[in-house]
Amino acid sequence: MKYLPLVWAALWRRKPRTILTMLSVVVAFLLYGLLTAVNAAFNTGVELSGADRLVTTGKYSITQVLPYGYWQQVKNMDGVEQVTFASWFGGYYQEEFNFFPQFPVDPQSYFDVYSELTIDEDQLRAFVTTRTGAVVSKTLADRYGWSLGDRIPITAGIWPLADGSNSWEFDLVGIFDTRDPAARSQHEYMLMQHEYFDEARQFGQGTVGWFISQIRDPEQAGQIAQAIDAQFANSPNETRSDTEKAFNQSFLKQMGDIGLIIQSILGAVFFTLLFLTGNTMMQSVRERIGELAVLKTIGFSGGSLLMIVLAEALLLTLMAALIGLGLAAFLLPGLAENMPGFSGLALDLEAWITALLLALLLALIVGLPPALRAQRLSIVDALSEHA
Amino acid sequence: MIQQIYAVTAMNLRSIPSRLGTSAVIVIGIAGVVGVMVALLAMGAGFQATLASTGEDDRAIVMRSGSLDELSSVVIREHAAILAEAPGVASNSAGEPLAIGELFMLTNVAKHDAVEPNNVVVRGTTPQVLNLRHEARLVEGRMFQPGVREVVVGIGAQRQFSGLQIGDLVEVREGAWPIVGVFETGGDVHESEIWVDREALVTASRRSAWNSVTVQLEDAASFTTFKDAITSDPRLKLQVQREPDYYASRSEAMGQMITGLGYTVAVIMGIGALFGALNTMYAAVATRTVEIATLRALGFGSVPVVISVLLEALVLALLGALIGGALAYLFFNGYSVSTLNFQTFSQVAFAFRVSGALLVQGMIVACLIGLVGGLFPAVRAARMPVADALRAS
Amino acid sequence: MNKERFGEIDVAETLVRLEGVAKSYRRGNQDIAVLDALNLNIERGDFLALMGPSGSGKSTLLNLVGGLDKPTRGSITVGDARLDQMSGGQLARWRAHHVGFVFQFYNLLGVLSAEKNVEVPLLLTKLSKAQRRKHVATALDVVGLADRARHKPSELSGGQAQRVAIARALVGDPDLLVCDEPTGDLDRSTADEILNLLQVLNRDHGKTIVMVTHDPKAAEAARQTLHLDKGKLVEAQGVAA
Repeated sequence: MKYLPLVWAALWRRKPRTILTMLSVVVAFLLYGLLTAVNAAFNTGVELSGADRLVTTGKYSITQVLPYGYWQQVKNMDGVEQVTFASWFGGYYQEEFNFFPQFPVDPQSYFDVYSELTIDEDQLRAFVTTRTGAVVSKTLADRYGWSLGDRIPITAGIWPLADGSNSWEFDLVGIFDTRDPAARSQHEYMLMQHEYFDEARQFGQGTVGWFISQIRDPEQAGQIAQAIDAQFANSPNETRSDTEKAFNQSFLKQMGDIGLIIQSILGAVFFTLLFLTGNTMMQSVRERIGELAVLKTIGFSGGSLLMIVLAEALLLTLMAALIGLGLAAFLLPGLAENMPGFSGLALDLEAWITALLLALLLALIVGLPPALRAQRLSIVDALSEHA
Repeated sequence: MIQQIYAVTAMNLRSIPSRLGTSAVIVIGIAGVVGVMVALLAMGAGFQATLASTGEDDRAIVMRSGSLDELSSVVIREHAAILAEAPGVASNSAGEPLAIGELFMLTNVAKHDAVEPNNVVVRGTTPQVLNLRHEARLVEGRMFQPGVREVVVGIGAQRQFSGLQIGDLVEVREGAWPIVGVFETGGDVHESEIWVDREALVTASRRSAWNSVTVQLEDAASFTTFKDAITSDPRLKLQVQREPDYYASRSEAMGQMITGLGYTVAVIMGIGALFGALNTMYAAVATRTVEIATLRALGFGSVPVVISVLLEALVLALLGALIGGALAYLFFNGYSVSTLNFQTFSQVAFAFRVSGALLVQGMIVACLIGLVGGLFPAVRAARMPVADALRAS
Repeated sequence: MNKERFGEIDVAETLVRLEGVAKSYRRGNQDIAVLDALNLNIERGDFLALMGPSGSGKSTLLNLVGGLDKPTRGSITVGDARLDQMSGGQLARWRAHHVGFVFQFYNLLGVLSAEKNVEVPLLLTKLSKAQRRKHVATALDVVGLADRARHKPSELSGGQAQRVAIARALVGDPDLLVCDEPTGDLDRSTADEILNLLQVLNRDHGKTIVMVTHDPKAAEAARQTLHLDKGKLVEAQGVAA
């Protein structure tokens, strides 16, 4: 620690060079922070999904509809606590680009099963009792500036009204949020009454999209899922049940390996960086051979020279990593607002720790060759060479 | 002047080998930027090209008015029959209109080395489809037989998903159907689908209406005639689109997202590489302070010095762009992947396309980084007082 | 050649004329005067040695005469050119045609062969490639290094490198040679060879030479020696002409 002033002075020996190198590393860690947060946002759905919930869809595709009558049958299954359902409305607000999901649901049971959602009790009651009522997530209400009492037009992509028109309208009676802000991106949608939807649509009456069951014992998930599917096997509407986690995971996998792509990008970034920082460190030590030889003459050991050079590299990468991550943390909230489906984009503790470990590794890789050179320095040669 | 620039630049470039380490910073930094950018943009381009190349100008796709895609559209059989008789629709040799009402569903198929289900399109059509989509041809096996539960798979789907060889069984509806053939459509989106007989699928899925109708027009110009006839018919609530327009519109969101990601990452990485380039060029100028001052003493002007430093940065940047572009080309061109197109909710297999235009874009980005990275050091080199610089050794 | 050099103006023979030249630098908030109201005439065909302790301003004076730097005050005329009134670009063009430089550390370009180094100043002229090659051969011949034309600076001894540098200074056929410690990095016998070469250039080729040196033996080779101290010229003492 007493060498710190020495290391600090050495680091700023060539200020422009150190600053430029640092800025490159800052940029790399900024990119790391942003991409990791995006990657994490994709995965939060999997991490936050309940292990005590099962999703039951059509056997061949989630797009198959199931009979409304299955609701009661699933409720009666052993081990199932409560059940709700949802359908895919597939409409859009004003223009197709404004995409967010809309689900016609049974209001009371939906909020019972999704206990991580918070909504004012009066608003929930209004949702249950208002036929054309709808509730939206706080994130959506903020994005589109909606407030209670607004009439929200939604253009149908799938379900026309009985008269063939695509123009649905819903009254905003409630705004819900999640207990954990990190889960916001998972619950960024609009809910409306299934009862009204089912009566008003042109076709498809008596069907729903999928069921969500809350089970008593997560350990039993496999058996209960099998039991549900067995119940409907050989019927015209066979089912496929899985835990919500597995369901979300497989949906994520459908996107292709986003994690792999992001890791490849980061790999390329850090490989590039390695050269850049490594070069600076080598240059810096090369220029200082004379000074280092003087230190050795005074009586510094090879080991302490090694540590001094390594500490310099570490100081450089750590400071840059912290600045880059700080910048990412600062930019993410603004970014999240402009990216539909990415509310709650943030850096978690794991991302910070991984980044700092990366900085440490980077410092070791780029610092070690020049540090070893400093350690092995021959005083006589160095002094005469740089007299 | 040219001669001066040439002389100074040649001297600079000849000394690069003695400064390999610092010069490599620019080359590798820019290679990284260009490689990542070109690869991501090639992914976006490949995706968009796959959808945009689908369909012909003289074919139209008819869906329920207001539907964004085939999956959410319904066209009942009576209406399909009416529109097949509309003016502008071409006929086959037997005098029947070339219009096929098709079912569009999804089924679950796992990717290679995976178990998770993926939304693969099942298109219920007729063997006539080979006349309607004349770009489609069987490359292996035979066509499904009318009314029989048999499957022909697109070659793109076959490459991406497991268990889609001839003789394999694939879950369609009401159990598994055997695969009897493989088709290709010239790399468009249909190659990611599996095709079955529509009447067989109607029975198995208990669906009676079609999702869409695709018609062959007499020629591309008949589109307006046909469209006007359909939209003015009070019995029909249908929308008519040219095939290429429809398919291209289904790639916008995803294509923009990938392209946006590509540019964002490239800009941020580019800034990082710029700092590296500045470092390199400052170092390059610093190590040659005396040489540059000597030339100035001999009567060389400051402009050739500035230009020569810029040229050096440009040469290194272009070298980096070439390496990055070549790597992106070698590793990614033609690399095929499959992703969920969230606009159609179905899997699209596509190949990265590292086109000449993308490589040129990479070069331009590299040149920009090189120019900016070289400019400040160049100006510094030119501004150094000659008398002082001569003593800088 | 023993004319009085101070004050008196000799129009016909003067190549370099400095009148009231002052030069100061800013260091932080302070102006440091290096040269102060200096008058000096150098005749065409002279070989002048400038001596003086470190910081006396002799290098500054040399830079001003060679057009590398501009005075804070005063006028500098070389031939018919007013150096103090020229812009940086004009000075560069003037240097290319009227003056040759010889440096203590030769300042050859490491990546170029001897003949390419000598050719560098000719790139600033309109000469054709063949003409340039001829001039280069002549210059190398004069310094006695025709056989080393293809060698890189790193393959030459110090004396040889300095000869190449002198050839480079000569190749454009300037009136004036400006030498900054030309023997400062050489041993005695090599230094003598270089001084002999400079004398030959002065005597047989009519080059006017201004040389800064620390070395009294080098100064002896010159026709005249001037001493600078604290920015002022002082009387030459005991220097043989």
